[in-house]
Amino acid sequence: MEDMKEMILEYVIEEYCDEENDDVTFDTPLISGGIVDSFSMVSLKRFLENKYKISIPDADATPEAFDTVNKIEVLVKKFQ
Amino acid sequence: MAYSNKIKEIYQNQLNGIKEAGLFKQERFIHSSQDAEIEVEFPAGSAPKKVINVCANNYLGLSSHPDVIKAAHEGLDTRGYGMSSVRFICGTQDIHRELENKVSEFLGTEDTILFPSCMDANAGVFEAILTSEDIMISDRLVHASIIDGMRLCSAQHDTFKHSDMAHLEKKLQLHADKRLKVVINDGVYSMDGDTAKLDEMVALCEKYDAILFVDESHSSGFIGKTGRGTHEKCGVMGKIDIITTTFGKALGGASGGCVSGRKEIVEMCRQKARPYLFSNTIAPVVVSGVLEVLNILSKSTERRDKLEVNTKFWREGLTKAGFVLKDGDTPIVPVMLFNAKLAQDFSKDLFDLGIYAIGFFFPVVPQGAARIRTQISAGHEMHHLEKALDAFIQVGKKYDILGKTKQEIIEMYGN
Repeated sequence: MEDMKEMILEYVIEEYCDEENDDVTFDTPLISGGIVDSFSMVSLKRFLENKYKISIPDADATPEAFDTVNKIEVLVKKFQ
Repeated sequence: MAYSNKIKEIYQNQLNGIKEAGLFKQERFIHSSQDAEIEVEFPAGSAPKKVINVCANNYLGLSSHPDVIKAAHEGLDTRGYGMSSVRFICGTQDIHRELENKVSEFLGTEDTILFPSCMDANAGVFEAILTSEDIMISDRLVHASIIDGMRLCSAQHDTFKHSDMAHLEKKLQLHADKRLKVVINDGVYSMDGDTAKLDEMVALCEKYDAILFVDESHSSGFIGKTGRGTHEKCGVMGKIDIITTTFGKALGGASGGCVSGRKEIVEMCRQKARPYLFSNTIAPVVVSGVLEVLNILSKSTERRDKLEVNTKFWREGLTKAGFVLKDGDTPIVPVMLFNAKLAQDFSKDLFDLGIYAIGFFFPVVPQGAARIRTQISAGHEMHHLEKALDAFIQVGKKYDILGKTKQEIIEMYGN
């Protein structure tokens, strides 16, 4: 499922990064690393729901579950 | 015992965690009034030391101005100490309304409502004017009080990259179907000292029928030709729908804040904003002081002009010395050190040399963006700034960072 991870990573870089912090990998901490804040997480959740035609309950959309691209992939698969 | 050992341990563990992470905040006691020179007890228990203060929000040097103190004394004598009531029961004096009118005149807005602080203004305004059918679109670097205000509001939220107008436009298009759209940003960003592109934001808000909100806490009184704020600097006076600002920084530095803007929005706050409805407003003594501050600033631009000269000297001096600064032209001048420990050590060395400036690091600023945030004041005389600059250069030499690039400093100290 490299495609899914690549897709998510591409969105994260496009949406949240600039030239100062664009060296994001699948394991880069996004929330705890200060790249994505809790408000901005909302647009990431909406992107995942639209892209993969899923619904992520708010209870599962935790900062921990969104902290790396690898973890986001696990979350998406859970609701596919 | 209600407060059991188990409860106590939970808090002790949390506090230990904060300490271990190097994030434990300790207050330093100042034994003088707020000014360019202050007497600071640091570390706790030591004899107070006279130092030059380059980290206060006292941009216009009005915190201890004799005319402001005199006006506050008069207010205390004629209107008393407290109101013992919220505004709409029996907590409104003539001077409260007078101040609201004066603020509207100063900012060029239709109406104003006072709040106990700008934190309260930001906490109350969104919930008072928006519903779940609406969207708040905020710059990613807005102040914490705005974030708290948005959290208290049922409207949906989204963000745009800091000062990125193309990204903001994308978000306005994405949320075109919402009943109301509010674009939210700071006029001057407190950690970086950069200024919002309010002219471009006004154009976008007009194009997409959105409300524009600006927090002017680090701008009111000194940004723009006559100090009215970022909207004056950007040539959009009268076009900002909601301005929040504080009287706790340049405008006397005591306390209090307000929402100023379109009269319907201000009236909605008067009817619905919870920090306004359920707490006392600004004490009469402070209201009297702020009235005098606005009187001083309306008569002359001398103080903001002096601040501009001081800021130019400070920025040029640091740049020439070879420090890495954040770009901008405001009196907030961040000296970038990138490494948290270096920022703390640098601050301590400055204190030893008689200069008071604080290191900021993650999570207050992004990871790897540690800095000493300096703030210049009209209360500074040239000899203060020269002494402070000498101290910065001396400490900069000690750590061998003068003339070094960001990358070189990170290679030496990490980030």
